[in-house]
Parts: sequence; C-alpha cells; structure tokens
Amino acid sequence: MSMNTVGRPTRPEAPNDSEAGFTSLSGGRGLLQDEPLIFELGGWTKTGVDLPDAVAADGALAGLTRDEPIGLPGLSEPEAVRHYVRLSQKNHAIDLALYPLGSCTMKHNPRLNEKMARLPGLSDIHPLQPQSTVQGAIELMDRLAHWLKTLTGMPAVALSPKAGAHGELCGLLAIRAAHEAAGNGHRKTVLAPTSAHGTNPATAAFCGYTVVEIAQTDDGRVDLADLEAKLGDHVAAIMVTNPNTCGLFERDVVEIARLTHAAGAYFYCDGANFNAIVGRVRPGDLGVDAMHINLHKTFSTPHGGGGPGAGPVVLSEALAPFAPTPWVVHDENGYKLVEEAEGVAAQAFGRMSAFHGQMGMYVRAYAYMLSHGADGLKQVAEDAVLNANYIKARLSDLMSPAFPEGPCMHEALFDDAWLEGTGVTTLDFAKAMIDEGFHPMTMYFPLVVHGAMLIEPTETESKAELDRFVDALRLLAESAKAGAVERFKNAPHLAPLKRLDETLAARKPKLKWKPVAPAPLAAE
Amino acid sequence: MRFTKDHEWVAVEGDVATVGITAYAAEQLGDVVFVEVPEVGKTVAQGDGLAVVESVKAASDVYAPVSGEVVEANAELGDAPETVNALPESGGWFAKLKLSNPAEVDALMDRDAYEAFLATL
Amino acid sequence: MRYLPLTPEDRADMLGVIGAGSIDELFVDVPAVARRSEPVDLPHHAGELEVEREMLRLSRRNRSAAEGPFFVGAGAYRHHVPATVDHIIQRSEFLTSYTPYQPEIAQGTLQVLFEFQSQVAALTGMDVANASLYDGSTATAEAVMMAQRVTRKTKAVLSGGVHPHYVGAVETLAHAAGVTTLRLPAAIDAEDAVIAAIDADTACVVVQTPNVFGTATDVTKIAEAAHAAGALLIVVTTEAVSYGLLKSPGAMGADIAVAEGQSIGNGLNFGGPYVGLFACKEKFVRQAPGRLCGETVDADGKRGFVLTLSTREQHIRRDKATSNICTNSGLCALAFSIHMSLLGEQGLRQLASLNHQKALATAKALAAIPGVEVLTPRFFNEFAVRLPKDAAEVVETLAAHGVIAGVPYSRLEPGSGLDDVLLVATTETTLDTDITFFAKLLAGAVQ
Repeated sequence: MSMNTVGRPTRPEAPNDSEAGFTSLSGGRGLLQDEPLIFELGGWTKTGVDLPDAVAADGALAGLTRDEPIGLPGLSEPEAVRHYVRLSQKNHAIDLALYPLGSCTMKHNPRLNEKMARLPGLSDIHPLQPQSTVQGAIELMDRLAHWLKTLTGMPAVALSPKAGAHGELCGLLAIRAAHEAAGNGHRKTVLAPTSAHGTNPATAAFCGYTVVEIAQTDDGRVDLADLEAKLGDHVAAIMVTNPNTCGLFERDVVEIARLTHAAGAYFYCDGANFNAIVGRVRPGDLGVDAMHINLHKTFSTPHGGGGPGAGPVVLSEALAPFAPTPWVVHDENGYKLVEEAEGVAAQAFGRMSAFHGQMGMYVRAYAYMLSHGADGLKQVAEDAVLNANYIKARLSDLMSPAFPEGPCMHEALFDDAWLEGTGVTTLDFAKAMIDEGFHPMTMYFPLVVHGAMLIEPTETESKAELDRFVDALRLLAESAKAGAVERFKNAPHLAPLKRLDETLAARKPKLKWKPVAPAPLAAE
Repeated sequence: MRFTKDHEWVAVEGDVATVGITAYAAEQLGDVVFVEVPEVGKTVAQGDGLAVVESVKAASDVYAPVSGEVVEANAELGDAPETVNALPESGGWFAKLKLSNPAEVDALMDRDAYEAFLATL
Repeated sequence: MRYLPLTPEDRADMLGVIGAGSIDELFVDVPAVARRSEPVDLPHHAGELEVEREMLRLSRRNRSAAEGPFFVGAGAYRHHVPATVDHIIQRSEFLTSYTPYQPEIAQGTLQVLFEFQSQVAALTGMDVANASLYDGSTATAEAVMMAQRVTRKTKAVLSGGVHPHYVGAVETLAHAAGVTTLRLPAAIDAEDAVIAAIDADTACVVVQTPNVFGTATDVTKIAEAAHAAGALLIVVTTEAVSYGLLKSPGAMGADIAVAEGQSIGNGLNFGGPYVGLFACKEKFVRQAPGRLCGETVDADGKRGFVLTLSTREQHIRRDKATSNICTNSGLCALAFSIHMSLLGEQGLRQLASLNHQKALATAKALAAIPGVEVLTPRFFNEFAVRLPKDAAEVVETLAAHGVIAGVPYSRLEPGSGLDDVLLVATTETTLDTDITFFAKLLAGAVQ
C-alpha cells in the first residue's frame, strides 16, 4: 500500500481538567459565550426582514409550487447580529495577530480596498448589462491586466479563473490546446517536484495527464539531472513552484526552462509564492510560459475564511492564442469584452466559468497595486523576504532549519529534528502556539521535509510583532526541550475549544443539523 | 501468511488468497475511517490498486499482492472501518482473490523476512 | 508606504541579525539575467485620496443597477441585501481569517459553514451540501465530473434550457477530463427533451429550472428516466430565491442539485465573486467535490465542528483527488447564510412571492405591446419575450434612455437563431413605475 500522509489528525486521548481550575455556573467563559446553532435559536416563523405583502403564485405554476415546509429558521436583526458576532470571536484572524501559515501569504488587508469594492459603480453592476454602460469596469480589468503583465514580464493574461487551482487548470488547458494545435496531442505526461502543492498533481490528473515526480536535491531544489532524464517527447509540461514550497528560489530556473523548451514542453510556474519576488523579479525573464497569480495572496484580497480567491494566469507569446474567453480589447470607440472567440482566436478552449471572473477581487487588487506602486511592490517582496530570514536567523539556534545554507525567500522552513527525544511532535508544538496567541504555521508540508513547519510572516508585520512572535516560539522551544511535555500534549489549553475528535467526525459524518428525534413517551 | 514491502499480507487457502494490510501499516495509518473495497468479479494483476483505505488525514491505495479475481470483499468494513485497526491481520481483511498465478505467493516474504524488512525502516 | 511597518532602521538591524550586508544578498539565488535593481515601469505609490480618485473615476463610468429601471438577470440577480450582512462579513475575524485548518481557533467560521450546509440542504431538498464552490457554473461542471466518478460512464446530456455560459464551463472541464457532452438545441420549454437523448453510456442529464428562459419545469419524469438508465439527474438553478416558491430539486428526484447562490446575500459585482451551492444524496457524498464541515466533540466533550472527509481533497489525494479545488467561496457563503438567517422560511417565501408578482406584472405590461410576445409559459421572476426587432439593438436603444431592458439571448449564444429574444428579469427591487416606463419605451422602440 502507498503511505500518502499529510498532517496528523487530532483525537484527544482523555478529557483533561480545566486549566483555569474555575468554571462559571452557566457554562459561559466571560466574554466568550457558547452559541447554539441558528436551528436551535431561531423561530420557524420568525423573520429579520420587513417585506411588503405578496400574492400567491399564478395558476401557471400549479403543481410546481413548494407546499411542504422547507425547514429554515429565522432570526430578528438583533439576534442575528449577536449570533454572528459571538461566533466571530471564536476565530483567529490576521487583524488579531501574526498568521504565519506558510504558502498562504496571510498579509494585512487594507480597508481602503473594501471601501472601493463597495462603490456602487463597481459593485452594483451586472455582468450582462450592455457593455456601453460598464466602460469603467472593463477599463479597470484592462488596467489590472496591464499591471499583471508588466509585473510578470508576460505578454498576455487570462483574468477569469476564480482561484489558484482554477488558474492552474486554465494554464494546463491552454498548454494542452497548444500541443493539440501543433499535432502534439500525444504528450501526456506532466513533471512536478515531490514538494509541489497538492493542487498541481490534482489539476494535471484532471486534465488527463500522468504525473511523474521530479527528484529534489539535498539543498531543496529541482534535481536538474533527474529532470533532464525524465524530459522527452512524451512530456507536455513541467509544473514548478518558484519560489518553491521549501521557501527557496530555484536558482537553476533558467536552465530548467531551457531544458523544458528544448524537449518541446511548456513551463508552468505555480505563482503561489509570487509575493517573494513581486516587483523585483519578472517570471517572464525566467522562461515561464504560464503562471497563475493568487490575487488573495500577493495582492491582498481578503481570505474571507476560505475564499473567494482569484487566479489570473499570465501567458507567454506561444500560449496567448489559447487563452479562454472573455478578454478585453480596446480601440478608439472604447473598451470591449470579447465573450465569444472568433477568427484567429477560435483556438481558445472556451470559458472557465460564467461571466467575466472575480470583479470584486479585481477592484481590491487594483486598489492595492495603485497604493503600493512599482516602488512599493518591490519593497513588499524585499520586506517579506527580510522578515522570513529574520525569523530563520533568530530561531536557528533552537530549532532546526530544513535548509540552513543560504538565505530563504519569503518563508522559513524548519524540520522536527530538534524535537527528537522531547516527546513533542510538530503538531503538539503548533497547537501550543495557539495558547501563546498565534496561529500555527503550516505543518507537515512540504512532504519532502520531515515534520515540516513552514513559517511565512509576510511583509506587513512590524519588527516588534516579529520579535513578540519569535520570543514566544523561543520560550516554547526551550520548554519542549526542558521536558514540559504536558504543556504540549493536550494543547491548546486556552482556545475556545480543546482538540477536536477528527476521527469521530470522519467515521460518522454529521454534515447538517437534524431535528432531535422526539423523546419516547415516558411509560405511565 | 506472506507479506509485501508495501505492507499487504496474503493468506492462502486452496486457490483463494485473503488480502489485508499488516499491523504495522494499520499503526502507521492511525484511525481508519473509511475503506473502499473492490467489487466482486474484478480482475486484478499483481501490483494493481485493489482497495483504498483512509485515515483522518491520509488516503492510501492498497495494491493487489497477487493476481486474481475478486471473489469476496469484506462488506463489514463499510460500517466498521475501525476493524482494520483492531484486527488488521484477521477480521480487518479487505478482499479474497481467486489466484490466477499461485507462484506469485511463493515469491513474497514470510513473517521473519517481513519483520527483518520492518527493522530496516 | 502606509502598509509596510518596517523602518529603514529596522531593516538595517534585521540585516545585521541575519548577517547579510544588503537586501540584495537575500536575493542571491535569482539568476543574474532576471535580477532587477529598479522598479518595473509602472506608477509609484499613491495615497488613499489619490487611489480613491482613480477608482471613483472608473466607478462613474458605469451605470449601476440602482440608477434606474433594471431588468437584467440570466444568472445574476439584483436583490436587496440587508445592511447587517455587509456589516458582519467585514468583521476582522471573518474577513481576515483563512480556511479553518485549526478548528480550535476557527469555530466561528466552522459553525457558519455547518449552518450554511444545513440551509443549503434544506433549500435544495437534498441530504447533504458542501461548504460552497466558486459559483453556479463551476458547480455544474463539478457535478458532471462527479456523475462520471459515480456511474463510471462518460457522457453528459445537457438540456437546451441550460444557461449557455454554464454549458461552456461544463464543456471546458468535460473536454479536459475526457467526458463527452451532448447539448440539445436552445429551447424555451423542452427540458423533457433530454429523456430521448439518454442512452446506456449516459452518466448524467443536466437540466435547469427555472431555465435560462425562465421556464419552471417539474423534472420528476426526467429523474425517473435517468435512473432507469443508470444515470444521475443534475438539477441546476441560477436564481436561488426561487427555492422559496418552487418545488425543490430533491423533491423531484435530483441526485445532485447545484445553484448560483449570489441572489441571497451577495451583490452583482459584475459577475463575481459569487457562491456555488452544491448538494447531493448522502450515498454519493464521498465523491463530492469541495470542502465539508462536520460536527464532532472536543476533549472536554463539547460540541465543535471540523473540516472532514478531507481525504477526498487535493492536498491529500493529490493526483487522485475528487477535484483540484482548494479555495472555495467562504465569505460569500457567510453572506448567503446571514441573509438566509434573517429571511427565515417565512421571509424567503414572501420574498419569492414578491419576485414572482413583479414578473407577472411586467409580463402583462409587455404582452400588451403590439408585436411583443411573452414566450415563457411558466416562470418565477424571469421570462423571455420575442420582439419584432433585434433584441440587442433594442437593449442599446433603451439603455440610452435610462432603462436596462434585459439580456438579448444572442449575447449568451450567438448563432442560435434567437436574435429577437430578450430575457427580462424582475426582483423585489423593481418598482411599478419602472415597469410602466419600460413598457412605454419598449413600445416606442419596437414600432
């Protein structure tokens, strides 16, 4: 059997005593209140909106109307506000403290961008109203495209993919279309390093490609010899993240591109880590053919508890004719969204989704770009890299960096060698960070590093906050080494909940609220 | 009982081989939460994917240690995947295969060889 | 730069701790050919005021829906969203958190997702729902892929009433994954036509109700035909408010129900971000795409929620994942859930009736115009009309007079021969005076 393991589940061994040694009488914890589900709070006849009376359906809908109860609770406005505010207090957030989730680029989200995204002329417009009535919106898309192309040194961009993984799909489909157009449809293999994001092999497999892994060198980079050996007439593309998931720049990237192109394959670059080089290095100068850009990472559109994202894909000259619809053109009459491919553009593979993509994210990202400018974006990359190297430098005597030689880029990667013999695992250590007020780093990823801890501070942390973070980690590391296993084993102790039973959740999935069965009548 | 380096075991009775994963593999996986067993009638060659076993954060393919046709699958694992943890080398079996090449069995490791192999991991 | 906290002194101190002489030393691995010391050729940084000016300039060049009569639908609808929704989704703890990978400090997001899944399951009449997908079109495409995994068959039949953009999204994914698609010719009232196209290779049939022309259909017979052939029925809905008036997909035998959830809680936003609803029968849940939130307990036995069945997902299954999706549409799902909680069942039913009532009034006014014919036999809040002229031209003419009349079908599917068909949508935001003015202008334009 294959051992394909990511992360470690939590399954609490036994309830541990309340650390505070004090409990309230009603079950609350000061400001942190237990909050029932809306299904347990709301009334079945209650509503928090006032609407005019309406007539029943007309006769034409006879037999089509919904006559049985739907089962939806309603809340009045004060109840709703309280419900969601109470729930919100159980979340960690960037606005509360450093959120060093490696590979996710959890940076500050400027509030100006939120304000701009709510301007009626940008938010209250329909994707299918006449284009003559949305010239500003199409112009904004064109300007965003210009910034993305200039920052990456690439000639074309497909804006519409809705997130990074969707962008990967778009890029690979363009590559596939290009191969098919050139009579190279027999190329069915995609090469990707072992350290790749899970989305890379998932996307490639989805497109009908067989994924072959490229070995990694001891210093955390693509093994050129192995790449060269695996390239050939059967290879459609390579997918390489740069900076890579170990937080390192692929120093042989130009050679990687050269070998790939010599073999007739395309170079797909996973741009998840573009934040480390934005404004300083243009992927186009490295020989990249396609790269998605996570606007929610590098250009700071809010992560929103898991989306929405946006994943525009920049394309090289060779791939540009294969971009999906729609795209923007402009002439003396104004801006136009081309929604149906015609003529030479008919090689395009179609559309990624309905409409034109994540406009709400475009507005925020464009405001972010204008605010920073070319100079500010360069500073973003430099400060992101500086902050990560600072963390690496300050923790290297206590923790073991996975790649101690040379600088890292925007994230610092440690392995768990330093925890050996302490009885504390990477998971325990990360959970203990919660008690210190920080979100854990990315754990057990990339897969190539044992017990990986991937720390990405981003550029929006002050030196004081970095020091606070490093000081807390140092105290924890010393505590682990001193044998204070209890602190770690059942951590977190101070979070709204203790460790959750993920095994129970997976064995007996309970995925929605169900009414409690009526209690059997007591025997009289 | 014979073993593979991928931690499957095979127990042969007549021309039928019962297949499961070893206690070592079950321990490494952690709590098993779901098992996908093969359909009866499916023919597999040695090394083909036979079943999928999932713990909370891992999904692993179980390969056919020998070639043959699936004659029975352990339906109980659907409701009680935890059996793979409790009784990995008995009640937690995955499938029974009618051997198409019995010679393959002899080439697998015996318990001593498997334990020696585990010692090298 | 207001978003960058490090001072020049900080940077110098930190380089000292690192042992680097300059920032350039940290970029030493970048090949010489790609090293840049100067910023790229773009404007330099700008203050809030300057950025606002530029964005306002762009904003003013668009005609927002609130500015006047507005009848555009076809997959995105302008509804009133209560102020509470936008207030709550801007709370730091929801806005600036990420996927709840650490459940101990993400119970807020997780409980919302559990409530969202419960609401979506109830609305669609299905057993289970996931924690959202990108939008309705990609949810439809994912549903087709799932049907292929469940049935191990590779043909999808789509009705002529499915939104052409949805068809496009399905075709893109289907082509990538080796699934063949058969899309029937555009038809206003012929969802049932898919029955004749079902054969032994059919993995799924995809129908839409209300469809792109607004026609509501009872799909029970289609479900029976699909199931008899071992195929799944996928029911698409682009107007989620219709769940408040019309029979649910689950009640009509759907195996998978997908929808665009934008109508509830989310603005038009020129097409995105939206929120894809995805619900299915319980027996298929392990083949479902996207994230799932489940109930469990913590070490003290307290109820809590976690992401579960995650072994289906890309970060574990990698090349064997059910889908390559990573990010979903969390904040839009939150907005949906808040609005849905405020509405409650009673509010949703009332809202749906109100939408239907406005459409009836509009259809009546338009049908009275000589040469204009209402084509949709049974509709919720949107219907198709045939004009005596090219619909796209009429839309432009009316736009010049301040009325956005709807969507010419030819914009969605050029070459379909339906150049004279206009799709007209109404919602609770439609005023009686909007309807009167629209009818008056249209009468003038088609003469």
